[in-house]
Amino acid sequence: MSAVVSLSNVHKQFGSLKVLDGVSFEVGRGEVAAIIGQSGSGKSTVLRCINALETIQQGTIDVCGHALHDASLNRRALHLDVGIVFQSYNLFPHLTVEQNIMLAPVSVKSIPKKQARELAREVLTRVGMEAKAENYPEQLSGGQQQRVAIARSLAMSPKLMLFDEVTSALDPQLTGEVLRVMEDLARGGMTMILVTHEMAFARKVASKVIYMHQGKVWETGSGDMLDQPKTAELRNFVGGVSHDRAEASV
Amino acid sequence: MTYHFDFSALLPYWPEFARGIWLTLQLSAISTVLGFVLGTLCAIGRADGSRWVKWLVAIYVEAIRNTPLLVQVFIIYFGIATLGLHVSANLAAVIALVINVGAYTCEIVRAGIESVHKSQIEAAECLGLSRVQTYWHVVLRPAIERVYPAVTSQYVLLMLASSITSQISAEELTAVANRIQSDTFRAFETYIVTGVLYLLLSLVVRICLWLFGLAVFVRRRKLGTAI
Amino acid sequence: MPTFSLVHLEFLLTAAQWTIGLSIAAFVGGGLVGFVVALARISDLRVLRIAATVYIQLVQGTPLLILLFAIYFGIALLGYTNLPPLIAASAGLIIYSSGFLAEIWRGCIDSVPKTQWQAAECLALTRWQRMVKVILPQAARIATAPTVGFLVQIVKNTSLASVVGFVELAQAGKLINNSIYEPFTVFMIVALIYFAICFPLSTWSRSLERKLNVGRR
Repeated sequence: MSAVVSLSNVHKQFGSLKVLDGVSFEVGRGEVAAIIGQSGSGKSTVLRCINALETIQQGTIDVCGHALHDASLNRRALHLDVGIVFQSYNLFPHLTVEQNIMLAPVSVKSIPKKQARELAREVLTRVGMEAKAENYPEQLSGGQQQRVAIARSLAMSPKLMLFDEVTSALDPQLTGEVLRVMEDLARGGMTMILVTHEMAFARKVASKVIYMHQGKVWETGSGDMLDQPKTAELRNFVGGVSHDRAEASV
Repeated sequence: MTYHFDFSALLPYWPEFARGIWLTLQLSAISTVLGFVLGTLCAIGRADGSRWVKWLVAIYVEAIRNTPLLVQVFIIYFGIATLGLHVSANLAAVIALVINVGAYTCEIVRAGIESVHKSQIEAAECLGLSRVQTYWHVVLRPAIERVYPAVTSQYVLLMLASSITSQISAEELTAVANRIQSDTFRAFETYIVTGVLYLLLSLVVRICLWLFGLAVFVRRRKLGTAI
Repeated sequence: MPTFSLVHLEFLLTAAQWTIGLSIAAFVGGGLVGFVVALARISDLRVLRIAATVYIQLVQGTPLLILLFAIYFGIALLGYTNLPPLIAASAGLIIYSSGFLAEIWRGCIDSVPKTQWQAAECLALTRWQRMVKVILPQAARIATAPTVGFLVQIVKNTSLASVVGFVELAQAGKLINNSIYEPFTVFMIVALIYFAICFPLSTWSRSLERKLNVGRR
């Protein structure tokens, strides 16, 4: 069984700045991969490359059977297979929650409106937001908006879901509701790649943890890797994060 | 020398005034709708078009904004006649008004388009929407909602500016007033009454456009806030 | 039939000088009246506020053409039947400009943060001192760009002064056209001359706007 996502020796630079320096990893079906690392390590860029939001200069990326390094890539077909949730939710402010979710199924898959509405209710129930279907995004909290954003992606039945630091912009008390939804998805067998700072979540839910540093994959392993770091950089990174958390709990 | 104001001399002319109001409304309404379409297309071109489209629209906009409407009306009216085509004064008036208001609408809508954040477009594309679908659902719709108040102001101004077309004998309220005053020799009273009529018209048009906005922009009606 | 020649161009350029002159008169006169109206608009006295609002709404809600006609014939009624067109045209444009400038400037005064008013009050300045020393200088800075922008409107609106018999650029074009009948050529050149006057002002207004936004941040 081939991997859902396969990166091989990916290099990317922005102008003269080298952001990805020979990145290779694989994510299989049903796996949950967490990418961790400092800002500037390239983790968000690698996620954006997996969804063809950025182009690469060298290497290969295969996602759900699409070859991203190929010039003849059909981007729309790729986007139908891959869902992405952004740090700033990016909900459409002029549409209600329900309309936000229905827009793509109706416009892209030509699903009739009645059916699309049922689909919207279904995914909203999955994320616990069915009561807010008629509300507009500005009436919701950050956590609620993010859950709607997840539902919006789910409505297109993607084979792979990407999460780009989706809790980083939220107040601490709101991250829990979003992480619970993501854990549910993982348990349901969705293939997921998340860029995250939530170490506890990564340890608990991820089947593979990828630590990136200076544009390279520095260490990979299961969640236990965070307790037994092999390299000094990962040791410092984890130590720094748990140090902050220890201080916060005081 | 004392002057006796005699507004009653104008009373028998109220059907003429009414006709003038109706003609002005028609002229403005047609020019408004067509001007909006033209302006929006130009705004899209200037915001997201190729380099030469951007240049062409910029030249068009600057030419219109830096020359008087009166001169534009003359150029179009006489220019068309020079080409050998015979157009009525009213048709020439509509063309001139559409071209004029198109330029101003272009800038207003363009500001709205450019205020839509890039991340919105990214989110739409990642859901699989095509470029056209993204542009319509995620860029144009909120942009127009956002600039609607400015657009309505433009159209009230258009209605007032339509009085200029009387100079090429287009049929509208000012032309009617000119005729009435030459009939009654009550020029001052005629123009006072006409001024008041325009005032009332602009009020009515403003209210109608506001109601139209409430009907179309559901979000604004429900939430009472701007995007 | 003669064609458009240098003589005609000279005539147009002379008329353009009158256009510029009338614009300046309208701007200065309209500015003075508009300033008073703007102050009335934000006055503590309700009567003044209402009067100013009514004046602004009246001026902004009527076409300039109608205003010019009304003033022209109104002045004739008062007995001044041989009034120079320049006076009638100036009066009309001054009233028109004052209505718009008053509103522009009121907006600029309003956009000076309320905290500035409060700070000035806490320094025990009288209302007049507050206005002159603290608020107006800041409002003036904000007002520069839109005021220059409105100057462009004034120049364009002088084209209507022909209805009161004033010979400015547009009227000069009509006169030339009546003798040589080449309307397209004549009015294109007229348009170019207007463009030459207005475009630099528009550009200046835009650059002022940019500089101001940078300064405010």
